[in-house]
Amino acid sequence: MKVVTNIFGSSLGKKYVMAISGAVLFLFLIGHLAGNLQIFLGPDVINRYGHLLQSNPELIWPARLFLLLMLVLHVWSAARLTIENRAARPMRYAQYTPLAASYASRTMMMSGLIVFTFIIYHLLHYTVRVKAINLTGQDFAGPEFQTPIKGLIGEHQHDVYRMMIVGFSNFWVSAFYILGMALLSLHLSHGISAMFQSLGWKNRVYGPFLDRAARVVAILIFLGYVSIPVAILLGYGKEAL
Amino acid sequence: MTLDSKIPSGPIAQKWDKHRFDLKLVNPANKRKFEILVVGSGLAGASAAATLGELGYRVKCFCFQDSPRRAHSIAAQGGINAAKNYQNDGDSIYRLFYDTIKGGDFRAREANVYRLAQVSVNIIDQCVAQGVPFAREYGGLLANRSFGGAQVSRTFYARGQTGQQLLLGAYQALCRQISLGTVQMYPRTEMLDLVVIDGHAKGIVVRDLISGRISSHAGDAVVLATGGYGNVFFLSTNAKGSNVTATWRAYKKGAFFANPCYTQIHPTCIPVSGEHQSKLTLMSESLRNDGRVWVPKRKEDCGKPPTSIPESDRDYYLERKYPSFGNLAPRDISSRAAKEVCDEGRGVGPGGLGVYLDFADAIRRLGVDKIRERYGNLFDMYEKITGENAYETPMRIYPAVHYTMGGTWVDYNLMSTIPGLFVIGEANFSDHGANRLGASALMQGLADGYFILPYTIGHYFASSKQFRPPTDHPEFRKSEEEIRAMTNRLLSVRGKRTVTSLHRELGKLLWEKCGMARNEAGLREALRRIPELRDEFCRTVNVTGESGELNQALEYAGRVADFMEFAELLCLDALHREESCGGHFRTEHQTPDGEAKRNDDQFAYVAAWEYKGPDRQPEMHREPLIYEEVQMSTRSYK
Amino acid sequence: MNLTLRVWRQKNANSPGRFETYEARNILEDMSFLEMLDVVNEELIQRGQEPIAFDSDCREGICGMCSLVINGIPHGGRRGTATCQLHMRHFKDGDTITIEPWRARAFPLIKDLVVDRSAFDRIIQAGGFISVNTGGTPDGNAIPVPKPDADAAMDAAACIGCGACVAVCKNASAMLFVAAKVSHLNLLPQGKVEKDRRALNMVRQMDAEGFGNCTVTGSCEAVCPKEISLSFIAKLNRDYGLATLKGK
Repeated sequence: MKVVTNIFGSSLGKKYVMAISGAVLFLFLIGHLAGNLQIFLGPDVINRYGHLLQSNPELIWPARLFLLLMLVLHVWSAARLTIENRAARPMRYAQYTPLAASYASRTMMMSGLIVFTFIIYHLLHYTVRVKAINLTGQDFAGPEFQTPIKGLIGEHQHDVYRMMIVGFSNFWVSAFYILGMALLSLHLSHGISAMFQSLGWKNRVYGPFLDRAARVVAILIFLGYVSIPVAILLGYGKEAL
Repeated sequence: MTLDSKIPSGPIAQKWDKHRFDLKLVNPANKRKFEILVVGSGLAGASAAATLGELGYRVKCFCFQDSPRRAHSIAAQGGINAAKNYQNDGDSIYRLFYDTIKGGDFRAREANVYRLAQVSVNIIDQCVAQGVPFAREYGGLLANRSFGGAQVSRTFYARGQTGQQLLLGAYQALCRQISLGTVQMYPRTEMLDLVVIDGHAKGIVVRDLISGRISSHAGDAVVLATGGYGNVFFLSTNAKGSNVTATWRAYKKGAFFANPCYTQIHPTCIPVSGEHQSKLTLMSESLRNDGRVWVPKRKEDCGKPPTSIPESDRDYYLERKYPSFGNLAPRDISSRAAKEVCDEGRGVGPGGLGVYLDFADAIRRLGVDKIRERYGNLFDMYEKITGENAYETPMRIYPAVHYTMGGTWVDYNLMSTIPGLFVIGEANFSDHGANRLGASALMQGLADGYFILPYTIGHYFASSKQFRPPTDHPEFRKSEEEIRAMTNRLLSVRGKRTVTSLHRELGKLLWEKCGMARNEAGLREALRRIPELRDEFCRTVNVTGESGELNQALEYAGRVADFMEFAELLCLDALHREESCGGHFRTEHQTPDGEAKRNDDQFAYVAAWEYKGPDRQPEMHREPLIYEEVQMSTRSYK
Repeated sequence: MNLTLRVWRQKNANSPGRFETYEARNILEDMSFLEMLDVVNEELIQRGQEPIAFDSDCREGICGMCSLVINGIPHGGRRGTATCQLHMRHFKDGDTITIEPWRARAFPLIKDLVVDRSAFDRIIQAGGFISVNTGGTPDGNAIPVPKPDADAAMDAAACIGCGACVAVCKNASAMLFVAAKVSHLNLLPQGKVEKDRRALNMVRQMDAEGFGNCTVTGSCEAVCPKEISLSFIAKLNRDYGLATLKGK
């Protein structure tokens, strides 16, 4: 029992919760990116990947629930910590000069909240496929976004390729996506190194390297994700429209 | 009254062992019935309070700072001596004992000093076990450095922050006892009076510095660990809050005050930069290991930039006068030599009150990196304060009041002339004679607190009738009333002068007349001026605010009021001691080449002063210093 | 030089505070910041007004008693410098300087610029020690301590307990202080015996005092007058985590 109280009751424990849930979500981001980038390998590859996931609900649902739990824990710990942190300084300074603290580190709550909003939109957009919010007038869940599976006559799979092309060809959707990714990247640039710090996996020897690596990885993730809407806006996959 | 120092009989090496056996013990179950009041939480106070708590006594500990960890022991830089002989360079308990006696110019009590040297080895063990991060060699064993006044390496250190680390060790031990409930801590609480009932110290009256409340605490014994009185000079290396109040008020209740004229002037401090100066900053004596002290040979050169003065026009006066110890001559000797050259008009910097401490040779010999590694933090500190880069231009240093060897007279058991009142650390007079060697203050504070007082206080309890008065006893009431009256008096004057300006004036007077060099005419002049100044203080001081709140002006005024009285005793003692010894240099008594001339026939004694009333001359008692073990000799560092 | 000071004045914890403006005239560049305040206080006393209450004691940067948030930065923002060692040569004639107390729930205000930092003492009392009694300890050289460990412990032990880390942190977190204290002892072989207990108990007390949480902004390290490294916080996180996993 002590373990549970130490983790969920103490300030350090809540940071572990935040770090570990953050780490899982970070790993998901990498996996998700690897999946998405298959769009550049053509419709067959990415559609096969999409079908692989969707045709195995016994795998995908536990994963989704696990990720959701991580997200809840991440948000819960952030909310708890923020409430405590506000309470720790009831009287603000008249003049306050943040020293050394990076912009990213001071705005984690704000970047996190915007990313959270983005995630909800993103799920409704491509996972639940709510027609009203994709701003293209097309129904991603409709039959026009089904494509035959090669080699299996009469079987269809979801046309992920076309959905992405159509989805991102809307300028405002792509703009929100890019904004979301930018803030995610900002969030990660601090979050990745803070994760190592909170779990105690940092020292003076490789600590500075980790800080730099976190920034580089955050930028790479940003570039990776953003490459898709940018390419589409520039005309990639036009033939699928 | 005759002073009984209670020195045990027998050969010096066995005195402490024998005494410990002779001391009566208190049954462990009975210890918790005794309550001990410890005033002060520096090395001596914190170590005593912690150890007494461990033994099972009930302890209350008081300090005026906001936390016991801030006591001024924390500022000691250099190190702590111990006769471990880890360096195999010929050290021994006897050598540490002899060096300390000699360093003290044969004015310390032999048996106490020997005990100090014996106990020194246990202190290191204790501190290491507590987690004090002493410097280590690559093999993992403890490192040592050498220090002024000694020719062996016996100083243990933790960078330039040895005092801090030792104090944190004692503070942590104290915190452990606080958490175990054996010690109750009263921070931001200042002792203002000692209560003596039936001839025994039975309690104290304190002021809560936040609420201003005056209250009483009764105990079976009182331990004062309240440090020295260097701030009587206004400018010193002491903390702003360091004061003589506790020991002075104990003096007025009957505790004799010994050798107040023994004041140590430290040679390597950053010089005064102007009237505004509030305190002086010490630069560790260890700098003299590599720095060379000099002034220009000619007065005319004093204003020139030091690097433009050629080697041939520089006077390395310490190397010239003391070829065998050179720049490592003991503190009193180096300080006086600096004063001499400045008096000749060869001082450098503002007001001509400074000498150069030059690292150019050492940098050439060892490289700037080596010097940075050894003294980097000190060079940084120097730059912060003066704005000068000592790697490029020599440091300017000047002596400043640093430590006071005098203090409350105590016997071998560290008990004062009031039974039940024990005085430890810098507050007592016992171990350093007329001059203290570097790295010995920490040693003495911890020796008293960890290893001596805890034995001797038990003997007092076991051999006297236990009686702890209630705090509504008439004596407590009377003391409280007196304190309230004094406070109201200070607050009601509302005159024209600030406490600081009066304190500064007192300090200047003492520094000029009773500082590094003293003479009869000057001391008589000071003794005439001090009562005038005290009178002026009473008539013209302006203390703002009220008594029932945090009032720093009021705290300060009370402390300065005591300095105003104490200064007179200091000068009186200096006037009576017609000889030069250690930190006490009378210009009438010097050899033809300007060295201190002791008068062992007439002055080989401790002068212990007894308070006789507000307008009466105190009475001096003599404790003869009998040297059974060492031969008194002329101290020479040539 | 002449300066304008905006100083927080508050009679006690229960009365409201406000900024007062004072002129500091004829300030010399060799003065320390606290000596500048001494000069202002002298003038206030001579005018019969109450001087500004602020804490200080050793005035050589080691006791940790001085505080003050100067122009929005605890200790004024010079690297490795406490307020008492900050000198006026770093200010310009005509500057306006804002002076505030440490602000944190765990450091309640006492008067003007004086705050109560006894929370730090209570954290040490919770476990910031090695449980050895006086006497009976082994020889100082009986336990060799690798030099790098001794040096690292000393780096942590240099903390002066001033509270600037709490004052600057946007969350008023005391992690740097607690981490320094835990690391100092946990790095040494003597302290390893109680390593787990120490980390758990000190963190528990830290939380109980109402300090905020570390969000790794690093501002504490930047204002620390002893330049204590953020890496000690990582070590505390590690020690606490291991102790938790052991079910202690």
